[in-house]
Parts: sequence; C-alpha cells; structure tokens
Amino acid sequence: MTPALTALQEAWRKPQGRAGAALLLVVVVSAVVGPWFLPDPLAQPDILAGSRPPGLGHPFGTDQLSRDILARVVAGARVSLSVALLAVGLSATIGAAVGLISGYLGGLVDAGLMRLVDGALAIPRLFILLLVLAVWERVPLLALVILIGATGWFATSRLVRGEVLRLREETYVRAAEALGAARRHIILRHLLPNTLGPLLVAATLGVGDVILLEAGLSFLGLGVQPPTPSWGSMVLDSREVLVSAPWAGIFPGLAIVITVLSANLFGDALRDAVDPRSA
Amino acid sequence: MSHVLEVQNLRISFPSGQSRVYPVDGVSFWLNRGETLALVGESGCGKSLTSLALLQLVPAPGRIEPGSAIQLGDMDVLALRGEALRQIRGRRIGMIFQDPMTSLNPVFTVGDQIVEGIHAHFKISRTAARDRALHLLQEVGIPDPVERLKAYPHQLSGGMRQRVMIAIALAAEPEILVADEPTTALDVTVQAQILEVLDRLRASRGMAVLLITHDLGIVAGRADRVAVMYAGQIIEEAPTEQLFAQPSHPYTQGLFASVPRISGPLRRLTPIRGTVPAPSAWPSGCRFRPRCPQAFDKSEQEPPMLPIGPDHVMRCWLADTPRIVAADERTR
Repeated sequence: MTPALTALQEAWRKPQGRAGAALLLVVVVSAVVGPWFLPDPLAQPDILAGSRPPGLGHPFGTDQLSRDILARVVAGARVSLSVALLAVGLSATIGAAVGLISGYLGGLVDAGLMRLVDGALAIPRLFILLLVLAVWERVPLLALVILIGATGWFATSRLVRGEVLRLREETYVRAAEALGAARRHIILRHLLPNTLGPLLVAATLGVGDVILLEAGLSFLGLGVQPPTPSWGSMVLDSREVLVSAPWAGIFPGLAIVITVLSANLFGDALRDAVDPRSA
Repeated sequence: MSHVLEVQNLRISFPSGQSRVYPVDGVSFWLNRGETLALVGESGCGKSLTSLALLQLVPAPGRIEPGSAIQLGDMDVLALRGEALRQIRGRRIGMIFQDPMTSLNPVFTVGDQIVEGIHAHFKISRTAARDRALHLLQEVGIPDPVERLKAYPHQLSGGMRQRVMIAIALAAEPEILVADEPTTALDVTVQAQILEVLDRLRASRGMAVLLITHDLGIVAGRADRVAVMYAGQIIEEAPTEQLFAQPSHPYTQGLFASVPRISGPLRRLTPIRGTVPAPSAWPSGCRFRPRCPQAFDKSEQEPPMLPIGPDHVMRCWLADTPRIVAADERTR
C-alpha cells in the first residue's frame, strides 16, 4: 500500500494538489453534513411566490417552485458525489481485474480481452449511455451507477495491463514464481499493490469525468430523475428562467465547475507524484 | 553418489524472425547432494536461462525444446504442470537472483516476504511462520533480526537484502539452491560474506548449490566442480582443483589468462580477442573457433565432449591430439 500512500502525501505537498484536495474536502463535508442544517430540498413552502433572488433566508435564492437552491445544490452534491464515487469505484475494480489478468496471463486471454477493449473504446461512451437511457425511462440511481461504471473501465484496464507488463519483468515477481507462490497470490500481493498509484490517478481524474458525464446526462433529462436533486437537472430546470432568475442555474453550474476542477487539480498533482516524468 | 539433479541435453529456443535461435543448446550436468557446482561463463552464454529452466521459468516466448530432460530425484521436471510444478518451486529447488535491489517487493516488509515463502508450501499459523522467519534471518547472519523483520527493503543495504533473499529462498527448505550471480551486484567485501553464508548453509543443510557466475575468482575454494559455458554449451567440466591446475579448453585458458593474479610471476593480461557472437550467429563446428588461437582444420567439425583426465571433460578436438599446450607456456 505504500506507493499509493506516498503518492497521496506527495500530491498534498504540491500547491495545486493541496488546493484541489481542500476544495474537494469542502464539497464532500458539506454534502455529508450540510443537509442537517439546511431546509428540505424538496419542500415547496411558498409555491405561489415563485423564484426569489439570493437573500438572508435563502443564500442562493429559490427556484420557481420556491425550493431552497443552497439546499438543493448540497443535496445534489450528495447525489453527484455518490454516483461518481460508486461508478469510478466500479470501473476501477473491473479495469484493475481485467488489466491484471490480461497482463499477467498474456497469450490468448490477453489478446481476447484487449481486442474487446479496443472495440469498446472505438464506441463513444456517451453514445452507449444515451442509447440505453433513451430506452429506459426513469432509470433508478443504482442502474445509472452501474451503467456509468460498466462503460468506464476500458482505458483503466489498458493502463493497469501496461503496468503489469512492466512489473512482470521485475525480479521480485520472478522470485515469487521461483518460490512457488500461486498465480492468484502473485496477482493480488505483488502486482495489484504496485499498480495502485496509477490506478488512483486514473480514478481521481475519473471522478471529474463522471461528475461531468452525470451532469450532462441529467441535463438531457436522462440521468438522475426528478424529484431527486442533481446539478445537471437543476441546470436543466433553470433554462426557462435563465434571464429572470439566473441564480437558479449559476449555483449548480458553479458547483459542477468547482468539484470537477478540484478533482482534476488533485488528480494532476497525484499523477505528478506517481510519475514525475509526466510533469 | 546419488544425483539430486540431472540435466540432459537441455535446449532452449527463442523465435527469431522466421526461424528459432538456441541460446542454450545441449547442456548436460548433474548435481550431487551437498556439493557445489559452479556454472561459469560470460554474459549471454546461456547460464541464467539454464537456471531458469530448472523451474520452468524460461520467459515467454522462449521454450524448452523436446528432447531436453531435467530429472529431480525421480521426478521429471519438464513433465510437471500447474500445481505439481508449483510444489517443486521453492520447495525442492530454491533460487536467488543477481540483483538484491530488485528481487524484493518494495511494498512489503522483509518479514512478510519470508512468511510468504513459508506459506507457499507449509500450512502453519502466522505466528509459527514469523518464528521461522526470525530463525531464518538469524541463520543467514542478519543482526537484530526482530527489528529487521519489520523493515522495508529500501531500509536495508545490498548485502543485507541478499541475505534476506537467501533466507526467502531457504524458507521452504529446498534440497537444491540455485544462486544466479548472487554477489555480482555487491561490494567485494560483502561478496565474501555472502559466499560464506551460502557455503555454511550448504554444509549445515546438506543442500546442493548451483552457483552461477562469470567470476572465476569466487569459484576457487567454494565449488567442488566447475562447468564452463560458452555459446550455449558446456565446453569444459572438471573438479575445481583440476580445472585450476590444468585449464584445457582454449576458452577456459583464455578466461584464466584474462584474470589478474596477485601471486606468481608478473605477466601481461591477455584478453580473449573478439566477443561472444549472438545466438543467431554461432559458427558451425566448434563455436569458439573464430576466436580460438589454437583452432585447426578439425575445428570445423563440431566437437563432442571428450575425456582428458579423471572426471575432466572438454568440448575440443585438442583432447584427441597431442597439441595440448599448458596456458602458462603459451602466454609466456
């Protein structure tokens, strides 16, 4: 576990890494504890009053259904972050498994899996997702997570496979083989821990991608379904009132930008820590 | 004496364009219980591949050719697959590698890696395995073993790491230890210590040791027998004292003439001219012919292993002719 840990420490030492991590932390903490202090994001206390600008009672204003936008942005953070983390976790797991098996076993298994990945990478991810979601009305959140996760592991598997091809030549892997260690043992104990660094980088950068992807899908009305608040669907709802009540779109938009930016900043710092040559 | 290991006509091939090359081409040797056999040769002569073949660890796309035989006790190693193969790796034949800097996984502590070797073959509790690991570290002469168990590889010096590697290789109590250039990456002072450890363990455990090296200097006084490899073949084999007293193959003579000597009359070092050709460019007939100062017409035919003394054989036609000249006379 040490390479991944050292990478985290080194990323923290860089200014952009620290900025990214700090911003991300603010987003995460407010997503976790925020809802306890904020009004119900679904409550419509004064539906006839319509949209109100930012003020004392509602720091980010209210939307046309009189719902508190701050509460909805925070609740949306919960949704977006959990979708992103779960989906990225899923694709990192599948990608790591496929990459480890493909890289270590080699031969026909490797050729088969990698041609599959080549094929999958040739189809735009958004296209696959749109196709499924267009048919599947009111997709449940868990299904959305699985769909995003299951279409996001291709590049990761290649990355891990490349690492494994390099590691396989390391003497300690050969030494473990000479010791009579089982294949599973070599994969889990010798190869996996040494691929965690690059895997972590890919996952962190993936979080930003997935948040954008989920926001995009929700903006098209295909992702997170109302009334569950999500940043993408909030921007979608604000479209009709963009001129009269811009705050309804600006704040969720800002949330997207800040979160994706901080994830990418931190991911870049991590990458520099894992592979100084790419800096 | 019973052979614990017998290698017969080992051939290893790699694809090269349309055809195949044979970096190891007909190697035969045996190991007795409790003895040290040194396999000596320059880089690229096939000695490391030979050692990897003993555990079927020849890296892809290389393969061991049919017709080769590796007999471990009464077991045919080359017929083993999967679990049966895993059972002999580490358990019957242990292996240590050249570079102790890269032979240990940077991510795990020394203790974890020794325990790994124990657990690969023995179903014992973690505490019992820890105790054994501790004992192994003591056996290879590591000071303060309790603390060292918790150390990561980067916290140890090269010599200490090589000791750890030996401890790991011994974890499953193999009857044969293959040491592939165990001291090449180490300081001279540490080299002697490591060889000392190997020798002590061989004696106390009755292990057979296959010592692979390019350094004739570490062979003297350590090995019982020496096999000299050139271009994928063993070209001379003899008991160590015999070989040092009377190196007979022109290549072996060349090796000795290119090593500086501390005692004895002062003389010029004579390097062997040319370099080892690549496996794809090995000459017909005697493979040393293009570089050999004593080559003659018969060298154009491939020489078999010929006896030239008690337990002393070489792959050179000179064994059949009275043209043999002692190394010293020639280089004087």
